Amino acid sequence: MSDSKFSKPPRSKAAKWTRRGFIGVGALAGGALIVGVAIRTGNPVGKLKPIVAGGEGEALINAWVKIGADNLVTAIVPHCEMGQGAQSTIAQMLADEMDVNWENIRVMDAPADGNYVSQHTVRTFIGPGTVPNRPNQASFMEPTYDGLFTQLGKLGDAYITGGSSSVRSTGQYGMRIAGAAARQMLVAAAAAEWGVPASEITTESTMLSHAKSGKSEAYAKFAAAAAEQDLPRAPRIKTVAEYKLMGMPAPRKDIPGKVDGTAIFGIDGGPEGQELKYAAVKAAPVVGARVESMDATVAKTMPGVLQILNMGDFVAVVADSYWQAQQALGAIETAYTKSEIDGLDSEQMFAGFTKALDEAGAKGGNTKADYGDAAGALSSAALKVEAEYKVPFLAHATMEPMNCTAWVRGGKCDIWTGSQVPLMARSGAAEGAGVSADDVTMHSVLLGGGFGRRLTAEYTNQAARIAKATGYPVRMIWSREEDTTQDFYRPADISRFSGGLDKDGKLLSWNNVHCTEDEPAEAALVEFYDIPNVSVRNAEVEMPLRLGSWRSVAHSQHGFFVESFIDELAHAAGKDPYEFRRTLLANSPRHLAVLDGAAKMAGWGSDLPEGHGRGIALARSFNSIVAEVAEVDMTGGKPRVTRMYCCVDAGFAMNPDGLTAQMESGIIYGLTAAMYDEITIKDGRVQQSNFHDYQMMRMGDAPRITVQIINGAPDNLGGAGEPGLPPAAPAVANAIFAATGQRIRELPIAKHFA
Amino acid sequence: MVKLSINGRPEEIDVDPAMPILWVVRERFGMNGTKFGCGIAQCGACTVHLDGEPIRSCSTPISAAEGKAITTIEGIAAEDGTLSKVQQAWISEQVPQCGYCQSGQIMSATALLERSPQPSDEQIDAAMKGNVCRCGMYGRIRKAIKVAAGTEAPTRQESAT
Repeated sequence: MSDSKFSKPPRSKAAKWTRRGFIGVGALAGGALIVGVAIRTGNPVGKLKPIVAGGEGEALINAWVKIGADNLVTAIVPHCEMGQGAQSTIAQMLADEMDVNWENIRVMDAPADGNYVSQHTVRTFIGPGTVPNRPNQASFMEPTYDGLFTQLGKLGDAYITGGSSSVRSTGQYGMRIAGAAARQMLVAAAAAEWGVPASEITTESTMLSHAKSGKSEAYAKFAAAAAEQDLPRAPRIKTVAEYKLMGMPAPRKDIPGKVDGTAIFGIDGGPEGQELKYAAVKAAPVVGARVESMDATVAKTMPGVLQILNMGDFVAVVADSYWQAQQALGAIETAYTKSEIDGLDSEQMFAGFTKALDEAGAKGGNTKADYGDAAGALSSAALKVEAEYKVPFLAHATMEPMNCTAWVRGGKCDIWTGSQVPLMARSGAAEGAGVSADDVTMHSVLLGGGFGRRLTAEYTNQAARIAKATGYPVRMIWSREEDTTQDFYRPADISRFSGGLDKDGKLLSWNNVHCTEDEPAEAALVEFYDIPNVSVRNAEVEMPLRLGSWRSVAHSQHGFFVESFIDELAHAAGKDPYEFRRTLLANSPRHLAVLDGAAKMAGWGSDLPEGHGRGIALARSFNSIVAEVAEVDMTGGKPRVTRMYCCVDAGFAMNPDGLTAQMESGIIYGLTAAMYDEITIKDGRVQQSNFHDYQMMRMGDAPRITVQIINGAPDNLGGAGEPGLPPAAPAVANAIFAATGQRIRELPIAKHFA
Repeated sequence: MVKLSINGRPEEIDVDPAMPILWVVRERFGMNGTKFGCGIAQCGACTVHLDGEPIRSCSTPISAAEGKAITTIEGIAAEDGTLSKVQQAWISEQVPQCGYCQSGQIMSATALLERSPQPSDEQIDAAMKGNVCRCGMYGRIRKAIKVAAGTEAPTRQESAT
């Protein structure tokens, strides 16, 4: 195996933690107010402690806000910005509760280390010596908010950016409370200074006012005094009717820097004023193989080459320029050791899947859902329908290839990179540099795409190992080929269904067995459909590649499986696929409303030109419900997706333009995979390498997308980044069937029209 | 020694003539707005202008820029910092998500509008087909090009601060 635990598959699921919540407050140097919510994990000492990297049971900061002397309010957000806009939306929630106008809000990444920003800021705030000074510190949150924090703990995502959870966890349960508490403390400070009742003070646009006396001051003036106020036991949170910024399409704070070239991504990060060297790397191409030998005779002589490193699991060339490093890397002859999967091909792997499903049969495997009597109802059904579906491995293909700049010197290590798990990124670098995590400073910068790819730390580990071997700051950049062949892939899967309908076409029995371990657990379940007898199981299989979370995770497979089979059942019953779904949603009014919304937007049932077809699909994921209708044009002999109509209920759209953008994005990401992509294996190696053989949807092929939002449950927020994806593939496959009668049971779709 | 101009500034650099423009711009001139995506002219993240024409700088050697003008994302705002119409439209339509491809998208769109001030959908498809947006913001890019062209109204007037 590889040298580092960080090159192994990550835990795909955050550990279930038990946590208790704390809110803390302190004065910053210069008299600014800082309010934050710290989430403490099971800590036997019973004290808050500075953040320690990675792993379970360690403390982390959940949310902060600070006010500067310039009356600018900074939301320090413990989630990365990878395009999903969560930093901005979370800041919007804070601003609303705090009555700060949007222009006065700034956003920054929360540090991945207690030493990171400034010791005064961080250690003063969460350090063990300071926070317990506050009276009733340990208990004050519990009666009112413990339930909320328990909820947050269950999500398990407070230390990562994933699971479409930032807004609905940190935003809803952290930033809003921090904002409301800060506002209340500012009011109390002003009331004391002005000698008036707090109830007579109003707040608006980062100003405090007292109408009777005509007094009005900026928040900044009372920031220091506010920090001396007792923490509110139960800061009052706004009702929906009181929202001013929440629910508005506030412009994102990160966008201006992304149109003028000034935004700093991982590939741009590094120490100020220090000359960088550049590293190109190539890892062993088969999982489990190692570098047996390398011949760098030619590479050594090439211009700019400084060092050639055989790191055991990968080869690195360090040079004055990245291009020089790449050229030299290409000139190295490398031999690899044998690996267990050297001889493996995709076909063999899928044969293994089939065998596992055969062995599981009608009753075997692990039970995921079992209610009613699915087998009995199937055997007595008037009409039985069977189908098997298949999906491939997929790569993430973020636009920015994996990269990390590292500098190891004097027992310390600095890294500059984008990560969805900054603490794990830090641990990966610590292991690579041979220092403790506390001695690693993680400089978090923007991610050029995440989609679940940047939930691993093998690339920070690699960069730190290279930097340790060289002594100077090194920017390691993966080639696109390396990025495509060394991913942590979305698992391939085969899913089998049998369904039973009665003589009136009512669905009585649902039987499903598939191969992947479901993450999230409900991905393959159909509880929102009114089906009396259901059996869902999975069979355990060997997966030869490293697996990771890929946008919407197991919903990406099961959305296609479930909604394709529902469509097949509808047609078998002789019913309209939209009407058939409606009859199954009698007990799921929010799902029904979303389905109706999409159908209405699309003009379901209206005529389409010859050779065109319409397909519908519904999925709920990450606590949001999304229905999509696809229109395809088959007149060219190949499917062209011309329109996508999307109706989403995410509980409440904190930023409707942001939610819309995420639906658009999830749809294109899902369609790209559905139409074009598969990662295949030959002789243990991934066969695809770059965008010529792992294709991206482009401007001319992208459908027009229309999004409609339903705020169906304002106190029960859903995610945004992922839920747009699962219905996209089945909607298109169902539309192709409607247009042609050809049922797509295997992705990608392009395979069927080659 | 290669003589060229970059964002209007004359430069003379001692560099391997085969080195791609992308790496010269980033490493030698320290301008990081131009991005590396694929290295084989498939994604467009590295798009810059060479004498006004959009090119894939990852696959174009610096020798091709001898005596010519390179323009990068850092060079399209006015001297006083006023953003170009394309950049402004990218904000009004809230185009970027991760933003990594957007320098290249903006450079391709800028070149398109210089050639075709009011481009049709087909012209937009053709001009932008070399630029991948993995976040899938194609609808917004199309709209923003039309806003910059003045053929559609912007979605919002205010800008983020």
